[in-house]
Amino acid sequence: MKGRVHSLESFSKVDGPGIRYVVFLQGCNLRCKFCHNPDTWNVNAGMEMDSDELVKEILKAKPYMKKSHGGVTFSGGEPLLQAEFLLEVCKKLKKYNIHIAIDTAGNFDIENHIINELFNYIDLFLYDIKHIDSNEHNLLVGTKNEKILKLATYISNVWKIPMWIRIVYLPGITDKNNALYRLRNFISTLKSVEKIDVLPYHDMGVYKWEKLGIEYQLKEQKIPTDEECKKVEAFLNSNKSSKISNV
Amino acid sequence: MLEEKEYIGWKDFEKGVWCDEINVRDFIRLNYTMYDGDDKFLNGPTEKTKKLWDKVSDLMKQESEKGGVLDADTKIVSTITSHDVGYVDKDLEIIVGLQTDKPLKRAMMPNGGVRTAATALEEYGYKMDDEVKEIFTKYRKTHNQGVFDAYTPEIRSCRRNSIITGLPDAYGRGRIIGDYRRVALYGVDRLIEDKMNQQKSLEADTIDEEIIRLREEITEQINALNELKEMALKYGYDISCPAKDAFEAIQWTYFAYLGAIKEQNGAAMSIGRISTFLDIYIQRDLNDKKITEEEAQELMDQLIIKLRIVRFMRTKAYSSLFAGDPNWVTESIGGMSSSGKTLVTKNSFRVLNTLFNLGPAPEPNLTVLWSENLPEGFKKFCSKVSVKTSAIQYENDDLMRNYYGDDYAIACCVSAMRIGKQMQFFGARCNLAKALLYAINYGKDEISGDQVGPISQPITTEYLEYEDVMKRFDDIMSWVAKVYINALNIIHYMHDKYAYERLQMALHDKDVYRTMACGISGLSVVADSLSAIKYAKVKPIRDERGIAVDFEVEGDYPCFGNDDDKVDAIALDIQKRFMDKLRQHKTYRNAEPTMSILTITSNVLYGEKTGTTPDGRKKGEPFAPGANPMYHREKNGIISALNSVAKLDYEESIDGISYTFSFIPSVLGKTEEEKVDTLKILLDGYFEKTGHHININVLDREVLLDAMDHPEKYPQLTIRVSGYAVKFVNLSRKHQLDILARTFHDKK
Repeated sequence: MKGRVHSLESFSKVDGPGIRYVVFLQGCNLRCKFCHNPDTWNVNAGMEMDSDELVKEILKAKPYMKKSHGGVTFSGGEPLLQAEFLLEVCKKLKKYNIHIAIDTAGNFDIENHIINELFNYIDLFLYDIKHIDSNEHNLLVGTKNEKILKLATYISNVWKIPMWIRIVYLPGITDKNNALYRLRNFISTLKSVEKIDVLPYHDMGVYKWEKLGIEYQLKEQKIPTDEECKKVEAFLNSNKSSKISNV
Repeated sequence: MLEEKEYIGWKDFEKGVWCDEINVRDFIRLNYTMYDGDDKFLNGPTEKTKKLWDKVSDLMKQESEKGGVLDADTKIVSTITSHDVGYVDKDLEIIVGLQTDKPLKRAMMPNGGVRTAATALEEYGYKMDDEVKEIFTKYRKTHNQGVFDAYTPEIRSCRRNSIITGLPDAYGRGRIIGDYRRVALYGVDRLIEDKMNQQKSLEADTIDEEIIRLREEITEQINALNELKEMALKYGYDISCPAKDAFEAIQWTYFAYLGAIKEQNGAAMSIGRISTFLDIYIQRDLNDKKITEEEAQELMDQLIIKLRIVRFMRTKAYSSLFAGDPNWVTESIGGMSSSGKTLVTKNSFRVLNTLFNLGPAPEPNLTVLWSENLPEGFKKFCSKVSVKTSAIQYENDDLMRNYYGDDYAIACCVSAMRIGKQMQFFGARCNLAKALLYAINYGKDEISGDQVGPISQPITTEYLEYEDVMKRFDDIMSWVAKVYINALNIIHYMHDKYAYERLQMALHDKDVYRTMACGISGLSVVADSLSAIKYAKVKPIRDERGIAVDFEVEGDYPCFGNDDDKVDAIALDIQKRFMDKLRQHKTYRNAEPTMSILTITSNVLYGEKTGTTPDGRKKGEPFAPGANPMYHREKNGIISALNSVAKLDYEESIDGISYTFSFIPSVLGKTEEEKVDTLKILLDGYFEKTGHHININVLDREVLLDAMDHPEKYPQLTIRVSGYAVKFVNLSRKHQLDILARTFHDKK
């Protein structure tokens, strides 16, 4: 079966453990205001690729993945939008014993059958939580977050699939009204979290918005320093009693 | 039977075949101590070394301020014994010997070509002594004159139009490695005795041209060995006997190399593979408690200082071809033995440790022979040195061992050869991108308009058709391969005749295996151009001369460097085709034709002299160096780029396939440890996929930009360019911009 692929990146050190081959799948069901890849939104764009063809491409990096205890990461866009295609690809990859990670924003029902079947093949979730407050979430990405948090709990506590939480830190938004405390509390209910990554918001994707003729609404948004990000990361990784200053 | 003097030098060594014949490999095999630990045993520089290095650094600064040449000889013609002793600072130097009487003073060597030598001097404000000039013009012919006396009009035309470039017809060919270790292991007397026996074996009934040549050569070799003894005696050392300890082994080996660079201004004067050999002497002294680890490192640091101040007098035109004043004092490190044991010793670490003790530097050209089976500790240390200094290159030992055994070394950048048993006739390279344009322009040069190649029928279609262009290109390649080999035959005939490497060849066996080392440039330009013609639509825009000066391209096409077989197969096809054409010609001294894909820094100059190509590269723009994909056309990241280059077939380019790779440090990982680990894995993966060579740079672009504006802040900033390293601040602005324009793999 064929899927839609935005692009392929044969080497990454930041999308899971070891060296990762990253497949950016086309199409997204969120519209994050800070998105740096708006060209992945349109579900009908990108290039068509057959599952065999994609598997063949991924396997070209096999020695590098094996030696580094890395693997493949499906990102996007929203990879779970093409769950059926993904399932076929993952089944094939598992024959070669490839470690598979999925980078998702999780806006799906826990009852989705195909996604449930897919879970059997996934070794790691990179789980993006855009905002802990449902209304803020709605403002930021155009949808509420209940479904997302529910799926996170389901994957982590029922399927017990290892999970890395990913937070894009937008100063003044991510940390508004005690949001970081609430976020930390939520994460602490998840039982398979191995790591929490805080990524700095950046505006390097703005040119893509302009190219696509969409207005970029976060023009005034402050870009955090590495230090600020580290502070937030340390806070989210700390136990509940500790405090964070200036957030 | 061993003589007494040998017993002293060979005390405690395991005896073997090497005692009865000249066989350094056998000596190493039986006596070296493999090391599979980490770098913790290493020592920093001693006070003496630090002081000496400060003095040398200061001299180098003065050299740089004076425009590149500190001092030059204008009267003394350099030979092994031409100069009196010279020192940087006698009290601080442990390993002694300079090319002339002063450090960094350049020797005069007119045998390659008197005009070239005179021009080089003039360009730096010196004048060759009139008498010397007269002798080498009127009474003693030089290599350069010999070559031009024999060149055909066709060869001259190809040379003038830069389809065949960089030929060693006016400078020393280099790329010959004397087995300098022999002097330390056997002493010069034993080597002379061996040469005399060789001479006896040539007292045949019929003395034909071949035997005459060899008899004359061997006599010259013996003369050179005698001169070498004389040279060492001036410094107070008798090298007629084997070295007795680590100091002598290093000093003897260096003397042998010094003799070679006093006699020859060869393009690449590589030192071979000495670290593991020397470790045997160091280890023996350590076992006997004669020296400490600190002293062992001191000896190596001091040797490396000497190798960092090797200098030759060269023209500015030469420097624009080979930017950064390189000498390719290449030392090959590590590798595996044929029996599967690693050849890594503690001295493999010490020699790399000089990059920390003395700071990074382009010379000697430290080359790690990488094998999947190298000890982890050594792999990690190499990777660490690369991350911190960007000063080493890597070559695939698992690949080369099949061709060269386990006692080979790299000459220049990527050319492997068995030490003391094999040499090459260096042949620079053919500009294949220009050859493709000749195919489209019916044999006319796109810049000069001259009819250089054979005339062909006009192309009648509006768009270029792949099959048609390939047929024409194939014809042009056949023609240029023929002209190329003929030119090289003339060059090496004359070089043997007028600028024979007496001492280097004295440190070879009698019967030497020779290769005719051709090369190509512009492979990725050609592959992408042909891909455009095949998968998109390419329309040539012709000027009033009928020459295609531009191309209109409609549609997309795959580019080399993305692990896409559609175009990578084209690159492979061209590689094999050209090699096959070279194989068809008779060569001087029956040398085996070989090929490299290597441009050194001349990718800039070749680009300057080549018109617009169908891949979208504009007239005058640089080619990618060596086998690199064209800049910024690698769209799928690091591994895809590595995989594409690794597909090129070593069997079709056994003179080497050069790839230069630059990383932004953060792309390799967050922590130091992670970076080192990632680089190690990338090297393992690339070589497992049968990649041949890779230069590794781990640098931020911002550092290079800052160094362009503030060179004084970065006197030792070293960057690998193409098979060698340079001090970035010594490059011309054009070369600096070329390096900045290259792909820095920076996807985070």
